[in-house]
Amino acid sequence: MILKSKDLLGLKDMSAEEIEHILETAKTMKLILTTKNKKTPHLQGKSIITLFYENSTRTRLSFELASKYMSASAANVSASSSSVSKGETLIDTAKTIDMMGTDVIILRHPMSGAPHLIAKNVEASVINAGDGMNEHPTQALLDMFTVYEKRGSLKGLKVAIIGDILHSRVARSNIWGMVKLGAEVSVAGPSTLMPIGIEKTGVKVYSTIQEALIDADVVMGLRIQLERQKKALFPTPREYSKFFGLDEKRLKFAKKDALVMHPGPVNRGLELSTYVVDGNQSCINEQVTNGVAVRMAVLYLLTTRRNSSENIN
Amino acid sequence: MKTLIKGGRIIDPKSGRNGVFDIIIDKGKIVEIGNDLEFTIGDVIDVTGKYVIPGLVDAHCHLREPGFEYKEDIETGTQSAAVGGFTSIACMPNTNPVADSESVIKYIINKAKQDGSINVYPIGAISKGQAGEELSEIGELKFAGAVAISDDGKPVKKASLMKKALQYASMFDITVISHCEDLDLAEEGVMNEGYQSTVMGLKGIPSASEEVMVARDLILAEYTNTPIHIAHVSTELSVDLIRNAKKRGVKVTAETCPHYFTLTEEACKDFNTFAKVNPPLRTDKDVSAIIEGLRDGTIDIIATDHAPHHIDEKNVEFGIAANGIVGFETALPLTITYLLKTNVLTLEQIVEKMCVNPSRILGLNKGSLEVGKTADITIIDIDEEVVVDVSKFKSKSKNSPFDGYKLNGAVYYTIVNGKFLVREKVLL
Repeated sequence: MILKSKDLLGLKDMSAEEIEHILETAKTMKLILTTKNKKTPHLQGKSIITLFYENSTRTRLSFELASKYMSASAANVSASSSSVSKGETLIDTAKTIDMMGTDVIILRHPMSGAPHLIAKNVEASVINAGDGMNEHPTQALLDMFTVYEKRGSLKGLKVAIIGDILHSRVARSNIWGMVKLGAEVSVAGPSTLMPIGIEKTGVKVYSTIQEALIDADVVMGLRIQLERQKKALFPTPREYSKFFGLDEKRLKFAKKDALVMHPGPVNRGLELSTYVVDGNQSCINEQVTNGVAVRMAVLYLLTTRRNSSENIN
Repeated sequence: MKTLIKGGRIIDPKSGRNGVFDIIIDKGKIVEIGNDLEFTIGDVIDVTGKYVIPGLVDAHCHLREPGFEYKEDIETGTQSAAVGGFTSIACMPNTNPVADSESVIKYIINKAKQDGSINVYPIGAISKGQAGEELSEIGELKFAGAVAISDDGKPVKKASLMKKALQYASMFDITVISHCEDLDLAEEGVMNEGYQSTVMGLKGIPSASEEVMVARDLILAEYTNTPIHIAHVSTELSVDLIRNAKKRGVKVTAETCPHYFTLTEEACKDFNTFAKVNPPLRTDKDVSAIIEGLRDGTIDIIATDHAPHHIDEKNVEFGIAANGIVGFETALPLTITYLLKTNVLTLEQIVEKMCVNPSRILGLNKGSLEVGKTADITIIDIDEEVVVDVSKFKSKSKNSPFDGYKLNGAVYYTIVNGKFLVREKVLL
């Protein structure tokens, strides 16, 4: 199977089959990742650039390692050390990178739609590593892969996503992807952090964490960006954690073996209690490993597509 | 030399004329209107089957001069307007420097005489530098030639200043045009707050940010018993508030723009910056309410809010793209296609909203076809199909979401002061 688009911009416009194909491929990649010699020739001769306009540890590092494990040439461009600080436009920066023989540009940007903009202007494949509040498709793919690996499928599973849905690109990508794969997704969070019309995406909206958690197979906490609190979207972190924090007691509303996930970094004691983060239902550390596997899969599939389209041409 | 315009159907609500008449123009004026007119020496133009209407009057546009000539200037802006059938336009003061002084108003008027091809009427700023702190010298602006005052592009944030502006301007009988937006509610929004902003993860501008300000300004106008004109109305509740205020006898008039009765937030899909405009494109129910407001007379004017921007300001991330749509060259065909062909408005009513009412509200002696008046005339074919092609726009800027639209309505002739600017659809 060949991916439809040259780019991975989001899960909104991706088919269930394509998503499943990525998850299946990630299984193989995880095998490679867990062997002692983590070097494969899959991406030999390919050049992969991460272009990050926002800080990131795990996303950037996992893309970089995924590239290197598969023998690609990988390099980083960060906004502060590049021409960006000299006022270069995003398109110009992307075209410059493109013209150096780059096969894949991985972009993180604070503005929604930024990867879509450069995708139209470069030959390279563009992977969205998080754009504004829009999407973070590889995060959602690794979240889905984590569930997929443990449960075999997402079909019919109840997934509860808790927290700041409004500002969360992770939530949006997970909603698009998980609903497509047949999960029943519910969301809960302060009403000031709930975007208008979210129910039209196929999720159930609850105003208490307990309702969303009932019988859940998967519970996902989202990072609360504390800087938002200055805008008075919720009164205090204390009040947030009182009504929406996930602790051991509340977790009991979910199924006994429910998986607890979080895209990280976690504010311990705010979104999730320390005991839940470190508890035996937590998959948070495994998500990190899966992040590398999924990104290997995505890089492999996009570059394979490039090879085959070159052959067609 | 005289010109005879023969065989066209005149629509002139002010005189009540609606029928086939000939018009003779001489020395820039209409000298005769009647049947089977003839003369021996001069130019005869046969416009049988076409409609002859007063030259269109735009109550709201941005010509960008002085200061932003890379987007548009008076020469290209007036050419663009002429091609769209406009003979008189009122330009907003958010230039650089802001049109808050006699010198800038005079500069625009003189520049328009020199470079412009149609009548240009500057609008002065309500507050100095449009900063919303102190009133500009409104009396001086009026006598320098400003036809209205507005801080368009920005709201007048302080209610006390708006109240004073209304009171002070009424003394000079100059219209106050309000850009209604509560910036505190709009926050950093970049499109309508609704399902599409949720889907695209873009910060939303709630419809309430417009409506709260419309309500405030209606209350201030009622309290001070002074006229107010509400610019670019885009929401259902704004229409309701204005309708209600009119019933209460508030001296309010209102305008909308073609994009608010033709497009919704859906046009922003795929991060289409050409659909980024302020106020933002709203929802189906708002579009229906705008159309109803036009039908029942709540909305008096269809204005373009022609807002040219350079491609470099649009070919960027949605969040930082400039707000605005160029409007001169699509306003009439959009109005014909979406309001006339759908039987929302008659052609008389369209002429009222695009000629008569803007002239009245801005105090211009325009908007009608009568003997003795300056010959500002537009001649149109309301059935001809046109395909919008932004690359052919006379405007310097091409920021229109309507590229490729198939519309009805073509401007055949635009005549200003008896002079043909557009002849057989070609700009001379």
